[in-house]
Amino acid sequence: MIELENVSYSYGGGELLRDVSLQLQPGSFHFLTGPSGAGKTTLLKLCYGALLATSGRIAAFGEDIARLDRDQMALLRRRIGVVHQDCRFLDHMTLAENVALPLMVSGRADESHGADLAELLTWVGLGSRMDALPPELSGGERQRAALARAVILSPDVVLADEPTGNVDWEMSQRLMQLLIELNRMGKTVVIATHDLSLIRAAKSHVQARVLRISQRRLHLAGADL
Amino acid sequence: MIGQDIRTLLRRDTRADRVVPPTGFTAHLTLFVSGAMAFLAVFALALSLAAGRLADRWASELAGAATLRINAPVEQRAAQTQAALEVLKQTPGVASARALSAEEQAALLAPWFGPDLPLDTLPVPQLIEIIEGEPGLDTMGLRLRLAAEVPGAVLDDHSRWREPLVDAAHSLRRLGWISILLIGGATAAMITLAANASLAANAQIIEVLRQVGARDRFIAGAFVRRFTWRAFFGAVVGTILGLTGVLLLPEASDAGGFLTGLGFQGADWVLPAVIPVLGAAVAFAATWSAARRKLKELS
Ligand SMILES: Nc1ncnc2c1ncn2[C@@H]1O[C@H](COP(=O)(O)OP(=O)(O)O)[C@@H](O)[C@H]1O
Ligand SMILES: [Mg+2]
Repeated sequence: MIELENVSYSYGGGELLRDVSLQLQPGSFHFLTGPSGAGKTTLLKLCYGALLATSGRIAAFGEDIARLDRDQMALLRRRIGVVHQDCRFLDHMTLAENVALPLMVSGRADESHGADLAELLTWVGLGSRMDALPPELSGGERQRAALARAVILSPDVVLADEPTGNVDWEMSQRLMQLLIELNRMGKTVVIATHDLSLIRAAKSHVQARVLRISQRRLHLAGADL
Repeated sequence: MIGQDIRTLLRRDTRADRVVPPTGFTAHLTLFVSGAMAFLAVFALALSLAAGRLADRWASELAGAATLRINAPVEQRAAQTQAALEVLKQTPGVASARALSAEEQAALLAPWFGPDLPLDTLPVPQLIEIIEGEPGLDTMGLRLRLAAEVPGAVLDDHSRWREPLVDAAHSLRRLGWISILLIGGATAAMITLAANASLAANAQIIEVLRQVGARDRFIAGAFVRRFTWRAFFGAVVGTILGLTGVLLLPEASDAGGFLTGLGFQGADWVLPAVIPVLGAAVAFAATWSAARRKLKELS
């Protein structure tokens, strides 16, 4: 699905990632971990084309990301569901409209039968909050809304950047449960998190590979978690 | 293809339009600018049309209007008239020349001297009517030849004095059209400014839309629709106000001359209806290019 080959990334402040190779197989489940500032967000952004690698090659669905024009990039965004670290919404539109936004921008708003949207919102536990405006939502509600928005187009890949960032333990377990369910539906899931306890808790429910960024390189973490 | 693009872009998709929150200041700026500019455009248009009408009327009065007067003693009059007609026949730019008959001359004088004027006993000059043709009459050259061959001939191109006036009317019309162009340019500039302000104010929204897979044309379309409809609406109001102003001008009358002829006449009344459409087109183009530029810059 997504392949990184000897990818390096540097910016003005220096090199952040060096010689990273990674293959995300269909249906796989990955955790991406490492201390804060290690480059987890950067690596995810490289995967969905928000950043371009300094060197190396990144292919998504068989196509070199660096060669995509802006329109093709937009189409790629529809095939990869992303839960951003700072999930942002259109504050003047309701929660339901925000979740349905990917349908609207891809010209498929007509397909969004109210029932499907309601079902999705119920699945993430926001069935009763459809008409709320984003500023009225709690941190956990925002994260779940972002997850619903990321999957409404049924993408094959879901990338979640610190999806449990500012929610309590119970809520983080609920979010993990949702992501594991998505993986059981056959989706490729990548979760970036600095929270090792989250990974330990999830390991009994899902077959996951754990990748760790340290000293600019990507390592496969062993059982030492 | 392009036409279809424009149609899909303009189709009011209220759901898609809602992605851009209505922002007070750029909305008001666009409305006000397009309204004020449409108002001005109505007057510039009225001025151009009126100046054009005037120029046409004066120019047609000029065309072919020259008279040759033969001031000669009665016994030489016929010979000189004949000589003058010969000269005119060989003069380029003279379509036709014809000596007026005694009855015609009497008719011309009748308003002043009554119908019973004994024309043949009075030293009334013989008149020759000249109709100008291509390539136009060289009056200086004709005068020189006549002076040599027909001593009693006086060429009277009496409407020549209006030539500078026709020029002035033409310039006035040109000024009117230039004003309309300037109004269009100023509108484009102001709407570009407003669109840029709106795009900058909504950079976050653009980013969210990009994150969820919106293409440039979707994002640009939301802004373009907003500004095009706003400009159209503002221009409709401005045009109606401008037309009201023109309607309130006094009726055209002979006494008022040029100033009172400043309204629209006949089919001219349709032209101002084009102003809102042009305003919308200017807004469309301005917002479209501003959005394309901004979206390229933001990527
Ligand atoms: N283009 C850039 N410009 C400036 N700083 C950057 C850029 N890209 C990454 N960084 C820095 O690199 C570090 C890694 O960022 P990030 O990928 O967000 O790490 P993580 O998600 O693991 O916490 C941060 O300190 C960030 O400020
Ligand atoms: Mg991060």
